[in-house]
Amino acid sequence: MNAHAPLPSTECGVSVRAEHGQRAVFCGLTGIVWLHRKIQDAFFLVVGSRTCAHLIQSAAGVMIFAEPRFATAIIDERDLAGLADMNEELDRVVTRLIERRPDIRLLFLVGSCPSEVIKLDLSRAALRLSRRLAPDVRVLNYSGSGIETTFTQGEDACLASLVPELPEAATTDELLVVGALADVVEDQFARLFSDFGIAARFLPARRAGQMPPVGRGTRFLLAQPFLADTARALEERGARRIAAPFPLGAEGTTEWLRAAAEAFGVDPARFEAVTAPGLRRSRQALAAYAEKLAGKRVFFFPDSQLEVPLARFLSREMGAELIEVGTPYLHRGHLAAELEWLPDGTAVVEGQSLDDGLDRCRLARPDLTVCGLGLANPLEAEGLTTKWSIELLFTPIQGYEQAGDLAELFARPLERRARLEV
Amino acid sequence: MQLTVWTYEGPPHIGAMRVATAMEGLHYVLHAPQGDTYADLLFTMIERRAKRPPVTYTTFQAQDLGRDTAAIFKDAVAAAYARFQPQAMIVGASCTAELIQDDPGGLAKALALPIPVIPLELPAYQKKENWGASETFYRLVRALAGAPGERAPRDGRRPACNILGPTALGFRHRDDLIEVRRLLEGLGIAVNVVAPLGATPADLVRLGEADFNIVLYPEVARSAAQYLEKSFRQPFVDVVPIGVGATTRFVEAVAALAGVDPAPILANAPSRLPWYSRSVDSTYLTGKRVFVFGDATHALALARVAAHELGFKLVGLGTYTREFAREVRAEAALHGIEATITDDYLDVEAAIQAAAPELVLGTQMERHIAKRLGIPCAVISAPIHVQDFPARHSPQMGFEGANVLFDTLVHPLMMGLEEHLLGMFREDPEFHDGAAPSHLGRGPSGIADAVERAPKTPPLASAPVPSPIQIQGSDAVRTAPWAPDAEKELKKIPFFVRGKARANTERFARERQLPLITLETLYDAKAHFGR
Repeated sequence: MNAHAPLPSTECGVSVRAEHGQRAVFCGLTGIVWLHRKIQDAFFLVVGSRTCAHLIQSAAGVMIFAEPRFATAIIDERDLAGLADMNEELDRVVTRLIERRPDIRLLFLVGSCPSEVIKLDLSRAALRLSRRLAPDVRVLNYSGSGIETTFTQGEDACLASLVPELPEAATTDELLVVGALADVVEDQFARLFSDFGIAARFLPARRAGQMPPVGRGTRFLLAQPFLADTARALEERGARRIAAPFPLGAEGTTEWLRAAAEAFGVDPARFEAVTAPGLRRSRQALAAYAEKLAGKRVFFFPDSQLEVPLARFLSREMGAELIEVGTPYLHRGHLAAELEWLPDGTAVVEGQSLDDGLDRCRLARPDLTVCGLGLANPLEAEGLTTKWSIELLFTPIQGYEQAGDLAELFARPLERRARLEV
Repeated sequence: MQLTVWTYEGPPHIGAMRVATAMEGLHYVLHAPQGDTYADLLFTMIERRAKRPPVTYTTFQAQDLGRDTAAIFKDAVAAAYARFQPQAMIVGASCTAELIQDDPGGLAKALALPIPVIPLELPAYQKKENWGASETFYRLVRALAGAPGERAPRDGRRPACNILGPTALGFRHRDDLIEVRRLLEGLGIAVNVVAPLGATPADLVRLGEADFNIVLYPEVARSAAQYLEKSFRQPFVDVVPIGVGATTRFVEAVAALAGVDPAPILANAPSRLPWYSRSVDSTYLTGKRVFVFGDATHALALARVAAHELGFKLVGLGTYTREFAREVRAEAALHGIEATITDDYLDVEAAIQAAAPELVLGTQMERHIAKRLGIPCAVISAPIHVQDFPARHSPQMGFEGANVLFDTLVHPLMMGLEEHLLGMFREDPEFHDGAAPSHLGRGPSGIADAVERAPKTPPLASAPVPSPIQIQGSDAVRTAPWAPDAEKELKKIPFFVRGKARANTERFARERQLPLITLETLYDAKAHFGR
């Protein structure tokens, strides 16, 4: 079942191998866990099964104490047997929801595995509901189904669904930063771009009514490595992508900012002046963890698609050794700069065969294993030290001021193991 | 289609996983897309199990649909058998695979593996987690317990029983089992097999050797026990030993089946609960208004404990386990209330708000509700949360379980004298509305937090409520206004009964068509309604 023969390497010295088999990755619905907090007046209604409701609740729900801005419209046997008209049912559910949450301005109907398999047309439902609820509520749809998306691809699908709705931009050059970032990180980047003299907007905006415009003059910079569809949709609107690595670590952040600065013709001296304080602070913060992470052997299970940039950061800035970098999908275009930065011979595995991956991990006995929530405790029980990767999505890790926090996330499990005497 | 904010139960295949994960030597091949693999974390993170669940997911993708999902399933079964070498396998589909109708049972059978392979039909759009656990356990028992045989005659041998019901991810199952084993040991009864927790498929083959069965959790094990009763003539006990009274009845029932004397175990004051409840410091617990919601087993048991063993007043009782609605309705009727049978979190929220309890005994969901309403709460039932797996021994069953329940139910409440002082000196700045029970401190405890926030959001008052839930009663418009001094006096009543006092007073005024609620009205209503 597995392709063990290495594929021909890419232009850089990295060996990329595709693997097929059992996956152990969340589906795209999981993105709702952070997206529903990012867009403050948006609501995510999954149209799916009890499994979908249970998934979101288990992945995040019981940890969230405020009433969440997500829910599930659970399909039941009456819907499937045709006893109830699904579209009428959906309209009824949405009506109840909007009555309960009149503060909602943007409603996402989120497709799931069951809704995709029975070919429930949510785009038509979204159009119909949009007409009915206009102008108070806009209704969009995307799929977070696990037969089409893994984990972070849900954010990609969500943002891609926003793109056709974005207002047309005036012709002047504008920078669009794409990908959900913690508010604090977004504010830091906004200050930096402003100091460069670049007018920057962010997608998604914090409120539905403030989504940025896009047009032929727009150039966009991806803040996350998993936004293939969003990038394509932006390009269809005439926007152009600025090729860059991702803003993780001091080096990643600098080169990400530099790519934008060069695209907008920012004077190099000004660039140096603006970035110098952040760069100095991030290096200082990273130095505190260099000793703890240097030479540590790290194994990445596929999870969030952040694996390649994270591995690059650990390898180049912290001196860690990469045993294997698994990733659910590898977008060779968007990750070109990152792949180039990986040490020659780094084993990158795209896709997954869970039990084979576990065999390789156990054999390698890494110092640190980055993996999903389902695997972490079993590996810990086998004596391996793990970092669960979902935390890397829920923590501000991008940019200069968070570089130290990012290193700390990897150092903490090692530090903890060293501390415990039980 | 049902709008669901929180769900009390997972889909039925999660129930099957709870059985499979509880057992050893059993493997479950689940035809499911990759998203369904989230279920692993229930066991590895919430229960902190040290092993992955023994589950192989086929993780088919959109591109496989209509092409070779059946082949993917067969390959997964073959690979799982080769790698894990289980004694038996269960196979089935999750919600998505159910729609593509690949027939996992037939496909697995075609492989002709040299072990029992048990197909599961768990209708995901109709049934839920506990039903799935029950059905899975029943199918396993049916398939593996074999043909009824002659039991060895009892003479000279200790009576033996099976304990049926504890699963992985069960609410306190681990600790309940220890207590029940302790009781059986005291009675001189041998335990033949405990299942599913810790059992192998080979153990299930031996089920018939026991003289009778004990059903700890009817949601999971009653149908298997009924099958064993029918085909092996094994009687069963399904008294759930939660609380002193129920534990006593359990011991008596078990002793009767085993033909042993229960008196020695029951004799030497096996629980502290009766004396603690009679101790005069507990007087303040009398008639505390309590709302109970959970799975049927725990809701029923806790309703009885609360009413009969702590002297609370039951003002609400409900369950999300529709399969046991009849029992719960009957119990509610005994307390003069109507049961809340629903799996809709929003309905439960409305029912709690309407009942205005002083204590909520519920699940993690009701903990959210209680926190928002500023009502103390103790968690007594699944759905499960990492906090429901305490490091210490913390059973609900048996006499030690009763001790634990006394503490669990009393701890969130304000102590008697404190409550009195708070009632007497309302203007003491530290005795403001939201003053938390002092023994709970001002730390990040959920209860203290909620109570401290309470003044800003008076939850039970009919004044503007910030939460989106509609307060009941459209006839509020016809209610007389409050005179300022009456309104001020109302604030001197502790906040957790104020909503009730306000509602009663307004009802009193409405019935008498009074134009204004005065101080006099407030106290007239108080005299009229009593406590």
